[in-house]
Amino acid sequence: MPKHSTFDFKAHARAALADGLMRANVRSALDGLRAKRLAVFPDADELEVMRKQAEFSKRRALVRLPELLEQLERKCSENGIIVHWAETKEEGNAIVLDIMRAHGATRLVKGKSMVSEEMHLNAFLQEHGIEALETDLGEFIIQLNNEPPSHIIVPAVHKNRQQIGKIFHDRLGTPFIEDVEKLNAIARTILREKFRNAEVGLSGVNFAVAETGTLVLVENEGNGRMCTTVPPVHIALMGLEKVIEKLDDLPPLLRLLTGSATGQRVTTYVNFISSPRKEGEKDGPREVHLVILDNGRSSMLADHELRHTLQCIRCGTCLNHCPVYVRIGGHAYGSTYPGPIGSILMPQLDGLKEKGELAVASSLCGACEEVCPVRIPIPAILRRLREESNEPAGTGVVLDNGCSRSMLEVAAWKGWQMLNTSPRLYAFALRFLGRFGHLLPAVGPLKAWTNVRTKPHFARKSLQQLAREEGVRHE
Amino acid sequence: MNSNARSRILDRLQSASRSGGGYVPELERSWHAAPVKPSERVELLKQRMELVRTEVRMARQDNWGVLLGELLASRRIQTVAYGAEAWFGDGLRRMVRNDNPLELLPYAADIEEFRDTLFNVEAGITGTRGGIAENGTLILWPDAVEPRLLSLVPPIHIALLRADAIYATLEEAMREMGWGAEMPSNALLISGPSKTADIEMTLAFGVHGPKELIVIVIE
Repeated sequence: MPKHSTFDFKAHARAALADGLMRANVRSALDGLRAKRLAVFPDADELEVMRKQAEFSKRRALVRLPELLEQLERKCSENGIIVHWAETKEEGNAIVLDIMRAHGATRLVKGKSMVSEEMHLNAFLQEHGIEALETDLGEFIIQLNNEPPSHIIVPAVHKNRQQIGKIFHDRLGTPFIEDVEKLNAIARTILREKFRNAEVGLSGVNFAVAETGTLVLVENEGNGRMCTTVPPVHIALMGLEKVIEKLDDLPPLLRLLTGSATGQRVTTYVNFISSPRKEGEKDGPREVHLVILDNGRSSMLADHELRHTLQCIRCGTCLNHCPVYVRIGGHAYGSTYPGPIGSILMPQLDGLKEKGELAVASSLCGACEEVCPVRIPIPAILRRLREESNEPAGTGVVLDNGCSRSMLEVAAWKGWQMLNTSPRLYAFALRFLGRFGHLLPAVGPLKAWTNVRTKPHFARKSLQQLAREEGVRHE
Repeated sequence: MNSNARSRILDRLQSASRSGGGYVPELERSWHAAPVKPSERVELLKQRMELVRTEVRMARQDNWGVLLGELLASRRIQTVAYGAEAWFGDGLRRMVRNDNPLELLPYAADIEEFRDTLFNVEAGITGTRGGIAENGTLILWPDAVEPRLLSLVPPIHIALLRADAIYATLEEAMREMGWGAEMPSNALLISGPSKTADIEMTLAFGVHGPKELIVIVIE
């Protein structure tokens, strides 16, 4: 593994595995989410047809991506939405700050946006004297505790009600309670005042429809509608892969998004925003800004395999089904996006040196691909990223490719190749292992292997030898 | 900086589109939500909405006002916001004359003026553009008459839905209502009261939006 990485995934994972309470919290929540998803898609054949159609819509949108983004920009502009383009996180942050400053605003209310997490927008705005308040209940809880989300749909999945009661008590000064309804009521009271007085609201985007210039937002709580309707200015952040061709693409995509994410047929609110407040209308923001972020996405598009990463609709179901995520939770990934999707996305965003280890955080069991609503071949992309890490530098396309290449490993495989292509050497090695194999010291990779597994016992005689001596007894 | 970012991103995407290839085979079958017979739509919508703690009441053209009056009285609601020029405005005002402690507050000014009133009313009443049976959904296209926040800010949202405007599926609703040709500034699908399960996946209602949603289906 690369030694120069500042992120030590194995240490994170070990710490997470030792945290029994966190593991129990995550486990019970995700067991529930998987069961609910299964219940909402009772017909496996129908689900397949739906997934293929959703995959088709997203792949076709990717094929026409530049043209659709231009169409989206044109339609939005016609509707009065101001469109901004950001190549990097820094540019995205600067655009948001500029809009805030143009309005002399210091208070921002935020609906859920993973892109804003990717940009580390909250920290950036705070440095510039702006209060950026998360209003999604889960995000609100973890923001109080100064933590990043540990799940892209259920940000506080790693906390139980007692821990959340404690956070509220410590940070908000409310009496300690662990009743879920009462905890919700506290958040409601505090946040309603914030909505009422906010100067700017920010949201993510689930789908951006090029045909009509419409931003589609899906939510249950109503905080997203608050953020996009009450304040006089609304800023929507989207990764450039969120664009789809037309409204007709939506019915299966919406059904799959909410079914995969939370096991619901539909969320409480589906919010279609096509323009700011029009002449004569009495509410809605007077200004709507759409920020389209690249941050490395355009280079994924250039590769016929890696581009599938951009099909993702951020439902989080691959997290819920991943045997690794279920055991270590989201924080161990040390990344904005955890779980299988994070393991293919983060190495491409941050480079293999920094996040290449995540591609190894998988047993390649294939559950993620099997449940993915847009059929992203996650295991194939994981293998591809492993290869990119270990092939000679310059032969891959992902940032820092070749960074994990080790001469020792190259030599070991060279030796393996010689052994298996020379019959004499092979026979010698077999005899040697049969006699002295049990003496092999458990060092290096063998130690890592035998730490959690029994050391293999080598038979004294090879199968070939036995057959020669005894003949084949069974026809 | 901005226009440069735009052209650089689009240039990269253009060249990526050439190298990344892009053949997407046509689909053999396309997915459509299961159809719902017209006679079963009201019942399915009712069932689906009740599953997410929505109260669905049936009424006729000549008695919805009475039912509404009863619903408000049983909850001791005294302040109600509504769109004064909505189709049911007259009916509502007539109802109040008979049945008094109720104060009707028309959403007649911009939110900047009306905000404090709206954040303190007990209920908001709105019409709907229609419903969707498959998921138990109301379709709202807020406009100058019935603004966006009427269905969000008051703790109780009462929606009037005509039974003949209930579509089977979202796809059908979009097609028959002509979505796309001319999208309103805001369109909403509402399927229940505001809810969350962010703490231990425990479902709780009324986190930021309405705690209660009451639908009066007018046949």
